Amino acid sequence: MTLAPPATVLLEVSASLKLFKGLPAMLRSQRSGLKAMGHVAAIAVAPTPTAAAWLARAGVEKHVGAARLQQVLAALPVALIEDQAKTLEALENIGVRTLGELLALPRAGVARRFGETLIAQLDRALGHQPDPRTWYLPPASFRAGIELPAEVNNAEQLLFAARRLVLQLCGYLAGRAAGVQRFTLELLHAGSQATLCVIGLVAPAADAGHFMRLLRERLQRTALPRPVSAMVLAADTIEALAKDSLSLFQDALQAAGDWQELVEHLRARLGKEAVSGLALCAEHRPEYASVGTEPRAEPGAAKSPSAQFGERPLWLLAQPATLLEADGLPQYQGALKLLVGPERIESGWWDGREVKRDYFVAVSRGGSLLWIYRERQLDSRWYLHGFFA
Amino acid sequence: MLAELLQNPALWRGDALASTLRPGVPTGFAELDAELPGGGWPLGALIEILPAASGIGELRLLAPAMARLSAQGRYLAWIAPPYQPYAPALAAAGIDLTRMLIVRITGTQDALWATELALRARACGAVLAWPTQVRFSELRRLQLAAQGGQALAWLIRSPEAALDASPAPLRLRLETRAGMPTVDIFKRRGRPVAGPLLLPSLAIRHALDRPLSAPPAARTVRQHDHA
Repeated sequence: MTLAPPATVLLEVSASLKLFKGLPAMLRSQRSGLKAMGHVAAIAVAPTPTAAAWLARAGVEKHVGAARLQQVLAALPVALIEDQAKTLEALENIGVRTLGELLALPRAGVARRFGETLIAQLDRALGHQPDPRTWYLPPASFRAGIELPAEVNNAEQLLFAARRLVLQLCGYLAGRAAGVQRFTLELLHAGSQATLCVIGLVAPAADAGHFMRLLRERLQRTALPRPVSAMVLAADTIEALAKDSLSLFQDALQAAGDWQELVEHLRARLGKEAVSGLALCAEHRPEYASVGTEPRAEPGAAKSPSAQFGERPLWLLAQPATLLEADGLPQYQGALKLLVGPERIESGWWDGREVKRDYFVAVSRGGSLLWIYRERQLDSRWYLHGFFA
Repeated sequence: MLAELLQNPALWRGDALASTLRPGVPTGFAELDAELPGGGWPLGALIEILPAASGIGELRLLAPAMARLSAQGRYLAWIAPPYQPYAPALAAAGIDLTRMLIVRITGTQDALWATELALRARACGAVLAWPTQVRFSELRRLQLAAQGGQALAWLIRSPEAALDASPAPLRLRLETRAGMPTVDIFKRRGRPVAGPLLLPSLAIRHALDRPLSAPPAARTVRQHDHA
């Protein structure tokens, strides 16, 4: 693929015809892809890139073979030739309006009068001279934007516009067999800072339908300070995508992909922090022995905590709750009965969050099993720290 | 002729437990399995658990099934839990912590949405949800999601919810009677249950059998027996 400014894209298609099941099928898929992204294009097919570009620019949407090339080109206007305006004007002054009329002139005379570049272009168009092109290399990151025809402030209309950008992104990713783990939709407002919608994924993906679902959740919950006048879709880091098309374990893979989609879908609506995994941490202080993590794909062996202390509750309170004390006993819906304890925990003097506590298992009158402790520094009050649920 | 008919699995008798096409997930409590259609927690059905209070075994009741599902690599989605699930105790109960998905939500609508999403996701082996103020129509939606999904659908609700009608095919109360965890299956498919079910194995006996050691230094605490 080669870009030919200002507005021409050249594709070398002969090597790809088999993949696309023939030229007509390929043209159909090109047209529908262009239409989905909102482009209008004239498509022409010719044996040489210059000839194809000229045909397309002239709006002649034809498939021209080598045999009829000269005949078809002859009808095109000379204005298609890329040369100085002075040259084209001179051609017009001598009454040459079409390429056919130009080709009819003596070659040596044309070269002397209008320069070698004119002749060279004609030769390349007709295939008399090689026409090497530099292939287009897609940029290492993706960034595309559109101006909205009118200012928009509802999510549905934003999604409609964003869809074009998402399709562009996925087309770009498909071309490199890559995926993104994170992309940003920037909503630009006239006269105020842009609103950013950052979508983070659990693993790299390139699925337009999934991306749209995530954007829908996010846009429906995004408060817009002002109507949106333009938007930009950007993905900085492009990552290789593992292809799993021919796996024996299709079901297992789908279920694995399924949990990632679940996590991403939840996060798109609720925020990244809302969804977490859970892990053990080798730490004596009870509140640090259990930590939130990123949700994980790899199953681990179910293992017990390395050092088994006393009994631990299944529920822990985020903040220990103060318990009143009466007759020397902590109260929780009546006096508590201490069943097991004390288990003394003293730790953390090195990081300023020192803990000095005596833990007990206690039972309430209603039969609830509680994990409570008595503070051994500052006050000596009772706290509720967990439930043996 | 009649005897032959009675052998037909398609025929259900009013006094029998409803037969199910899908076997349930064993609860880990034989007494409870015997009372549940399918011999365990039923799949594809909303299950309402109504604990009388916190800390009476409401999670221990579900833990053996969670351990089994997590060992199969299925995820356990905890939607809007009232407290923090505590890793050391979950690991000690045999639950693979890498299968835990904890979703912290405050809004009721968000919690219901997340529950429905998790129920429809095939990766989830069990969905535990703590919705507040859920309407009949919303329960119906969750029941439909559970029916179409492959996860155990546990809804943990307040005991007052027992008074409201619910489309959930299985509803049970959990309470402590005379120090003994008791399960009261007040709704299930098939004939009603004779009475509340005592689950002695749900009590954390082994921890409580240890004697209370020396009282804390600060103040004297009287010795107490296990009630």
